[in-house]
Amino acid sequence: MSDIQYEAVIGLETHVQIKTRSKMFTSVAHKFAEPPNTLTDAVVWALPGVLPVLNYEAIRKTIELGLMLGCEIPEITKWDRKNYFYPDSPKNYQLSQYDQPLCLGGNVEIELAGANPSEMGEHRYVKLTRIHLEEDVGKLTHFTHDSLVDYNRAGTPLMEIVSEPDMHSSDEVFAYLTSLKNTISSAGISDCDMEKGQMRCDVNVSVRVKGAKEFGVKVEMKNINSTSNVRNCIDYEIRRQIDCLKKGIPIVQETRRYDAQLGVTQSMRSKEDAHDYRYFPDPDLMPVKISQELLDSIRAKLIELPFDRQRRYMNDYSLPYSAVSVMCPDLALCEYFEEGLKEYSKNPKMLANLIVNDLMRELSLAEDAEKSEDVFEESDNVIHVSTAEKLAKCKMTAKNLASLVRIVDGGSISKQMAKEVFVKMFTTGESADDIVEKSGMKQNSDSGELEKFCLEAMAGNQKAIDQYKAGNDKAINALIGPVMKASKGKANPAMVLEILKKLIG
Amino acid sequence: MRLFKVMANSPEINIDYVAKLARIELTSEEKEKYSQQLGQILGYFQKLSEIDVSDVEPSAHAHAIYNVWREDVEGTPMNVDDALMNAPAKRDNQIVVPKVVDDA
Amino acid sequence: MSSEIFYKNISELSAMLNSGEISAVELAQVYIDRKNAVDGKVGAFISSNEDEFLASAKKSDERRAKGATLSELDGIPIGLKDLLAVRGQKLTCASKMLENYVSPYTGTAMQKLEDAGALFWGRLNMDEFAMGSSCENSALQKTRNPWDLERIPGGSSGGSAAAVSAGECPATLGSDTGGSIRQPASLCGVVGMKPTYGLVSRFGLAAFASSLDQIGPFARTVKDASLVLKHIAGYDKFDSTSVNVKIDDYPSMLSTESLKGKKAGLPKEYFASGMDSEVREIVEKAIKKVEELGAEIVEVSLPHTELAIPVYYIIATAEASSNLARYDGIRYTHRSAEAKDVLDVYFKSRAEGFGEEVKRRIILGSYVLSSGYYDAYYLRAQKVRTLIRNDFEKAFENVDFIVAPTSPTTAFKVGEKTGDPLSMYLSDIYTINVNLAGLPGISVPCGFASDGMPVGLQMIGKAFDESNLLSYAHAYESACEWSKRNPQL
Repeated sequence: MSDIQYEAVIGLETHVQIKTRSKMFTSVAHKFAEPPNTLTDAVVWALPGVLPVLNYEAIRKTIELGLMLGCEIPEITKWDRKNYFYPDSPKNYQLSQYDQPLCLGGNVEIELAGANPSEMGEHRYVKLTRIHLEEDVGKLTHFTHDSLVDYNRAGTPLMEIVSEPDMHSSDEVFAYLTSLKNTISSAGISDCDMEKGQMRCDVNVSVRVKGAKEFGVKVEMKNINSTSNVRNCIDYEIRRQIDCLKKGIPIVQETRRYDAQLGVTQSMRSKEDAHDYRYFPDPDLMPVKISQELLDSIRAKLIELPFDRQRRYMNDYSLPYSAVSVMCPDLALCEYFEEGLKEYSKNPKMLANLIVNDLMRELSLAEDAEKSEDVFEESDNVIHVSTAEKLAKCKMTAKNLASLVRIVDGGSISKQMAKEVFVKMFTTGESADDIVEKSGMKQNSDSGELEKFCLEAMAGNQKAIDQYKAGNDKAINALIGPVMKASKGKANPAMVLEILKKLIG
Repeated sequence: MRLFKVMANSPEINIDYVAKLARIELTSEEKEKYSQQLGQILGYFQKLSEIDVSDVEPSAHAHAIYNVWREDVEGTPMNVDDALMNAPAKRDNQIVVPKVVDDA
Repeated sequence: MSSEIFYKNISELSAMLNSGEISAVELAQVYIDRKNAVDGKVGAFISSNEDEFLASAKKSDERRAKGATLSELDGIPIGLKDLLAVRGQKLTCASKMLENYVSPYTGTAMQKLEDAGALFWGRLNMDEFAMGSSCENSALQKTRNPWDLERIPGGSSGGSAAAVSAGECPATLGSDTGGSIRQPASLCGVVGMKPTYGLVSRFGLAAFASSLDQIGPFARTVKDASLVLKHIAGYDKFDSTSVNVKIDDYPSMLSTESLKGKKAGLPKEYFASGMDSEVREIVEKAIKKVEELGAEIVEVSLPHTELAIPVYYIIATAEASSNLARYDGIRYTHRSAEAKDVLDVYFKSRAEGFGEEVKRRIILGSYVLSSGYYDAYYLRAQKVRTLIRNDFEKAFENVDFIVAPTSPTTAFKVGEKTGDPLSMYLSDIYTINVNLAGLPGISVPCGFASDGMPVGLQMIGKAFDESNLLSYAHAYESACEWSKRNPQL
């Protein structure tokens, strides 16, 4: 019995709040962490007589994602009412899409973890079923004896991305969510911040004997709100289901809740209590007909997918995986990089390394400093700042950074000095040339002066000369040190080496 | 044809199930009365099963119009006091409800 | 001043206001006095606010004094069915559920009337949530037919019809989902018009059945109705189902000659059976009159007429079951004092807040949408709705408009049909398919039965052909004296 191999089958329903100025069906704004019920209007409250009106931008952005993920965009799409009672749902029906969603099919490219962080892992595609557009609900806060309802979030445009049962481990799910997040946030469709509830998912897990054709009994886990919870929840549920199968306990089709504190899933309701949503076409909204012209205009402005960009950077610029894996998930970093390349394109690798190492470090240090200044403000609302926002505030332009690479390549300053110059550029926003000029950091390439330093160094270390002559090439390094010291670190190392070799003969 | 089958299999409306869907508490007298009346009404609805509609498109609206939408422009929110002026129970600018047992 | 000012039509009142014969405040007082004199018997009003009414009249007089009168409706009182939203006014839908609800916003049609200077006068009774044909389903008020106080005024906009008929208001707004304007207009002897679906914004109309509901006017004359309609019609960005069509100046396009050379369709199915013989006689006489006025009467067929009742009651109740889900005891409606948990809030508040007919329809609507029944009922009904629309389209290939009875009987006695919902539903036979097809329909008085009760003639037009339809109705009305009769109260 014990040598039977099991396989998990996992599908995801991922909800993503769309970044728009106004709500899905009315013009009031949606924002995170505003005072309760200040982002509402008659439509949000579902007062007698109100009617919904579609937000075109939410439709456009959903189509945009659909095109990026290779979905089919049917010509006609419509909205349906999903009827169920809950205090966070003002109409007691949710406007959603039942049988004619905006996007059908498609797939999400994922990248699994490599053997180590500098090695790229395997890539594969996860199939999608559909993407549809709906509205978010309000928020309940529970107290000892009662609950409070805030409808600020109600009506926020929400896309639901439904995958096929096409994943088999929590690692794949993690990779899937990461890829979706990178793609969606790069396109500016959503920031996908799970802490702010901008991205949430329902997970369907079943387990079967490896190689079996039939699916096992499906268990659904609702509204999981962090990637680590998704991972833990799936791992727990797979173990639980395998355990059931091994012990011959039947698995029940049900909805389970993940308790992050206990790290377990618990039964919420079985299939018998499943909702009867009574879907029907919403009579208040007209269907949408999507023209070829609209599709073409959206397609013309699509951004490059993060993994396509990663492949291009690795092929065209020979960038190491360690650099592209940091840069490519974030469009803002890539744009910064490409802006720099326009200024100086001869050393993409150094530019990339400066971005992913030095720039990222300084940006996060700057952010930490800013956060500690705000420490007395509402501490539970520490907002994650996107790289784009950080770069917008950053004084050092991409062109400046690229000119630093040019100066190093040209031999004016050493790589070591470049680090120092970088920090000055970052804090002052001055150009690399100005800083180098002002601080007199320019490398000493005056061959007369360097020859004098070399002769002095040789005079003080005959032993090194002898060893070098005897064939120990490394011995010459003992002479370079004193030359650098004498030149106050400004000697051009390549020139020094050349002069020493010539003098020793 | 389908309707006939449904009618034959369920001559009576499952009043408990439907009242639960509709979230209306009914007395036993009401249940009996509604079951009887709705049975009669549904019986009358059987007229619908008599014609062939297999090639007919459904009409969800009176007129076939497409692409009614608005641009994504931010509007003015409703004043919180106005929004809550009819609330049966409120606290801290929110609606108070008896404690919700999670069933999302 | 004549004691019968309250029976004057808007054109006459407007002339009096313009000449200075009467001020808006004096006119408002006329209707306040009339209401206080007769509404104890008629019961058209659920609530009213005399102070607000007089204050708005005073503002109208000030505008007039400055020569800044806003429109022909400036200073004219208009009553509202109690499901239309005006900021600061109650909106009860004649239901215990919303007995204390005050609207924090104004709907589009009402805003347009306000912008035209009209004065809101009273919140008028109706069947609860517009569900009914007699006004007997109101949970808050009993309305009687001004022509016979033992009889119902019709419904669901019974209060709006009775208020005009009794001279408590020169014009009112109602809403028509399956005949709720035309039928009470017919039963109360006034003009009632349901516009083409999409002509008037529904924003601010508490929904019963969203794909069928439409706001429309009641008035003493077709001309008055056309004037009110002109002011409330037009595309609204807050209603996705409103249609962007040009709005004509309807009153100026009315002609007593309009029936000459037109073809009027007579649906043979309408005269097949079920109609009261006296009503049939009166309607046939009216159709003769239409012919005398120059129209050619042509028989047309609307073969799916009989199916309109199941189709209507499936679609309307399904939509209603969902539309009325928001009345749940959580945010702004009645909440049961007995509720201990959230489920109680729903079950008990809705049990206490909704009346018998509303519960019956919500349950029916939930049933036809429920798992396993959707295809057999709702989807099938939507398909037959297409056939009904096609019937009209075909008929309108040959005729300019359709003439028909509005109601198969005159107003029945209070309590006569309350125990038999199906027979009540069947009385909507001549009006509901007009809603299913989204067409305009108007009911004009066309005679009186031997017991003195009024009978209405219904004219049904092509979609968005309000100008012509109103003109045909005006031509007929002008050739008769029926509109000039008033009930004795």
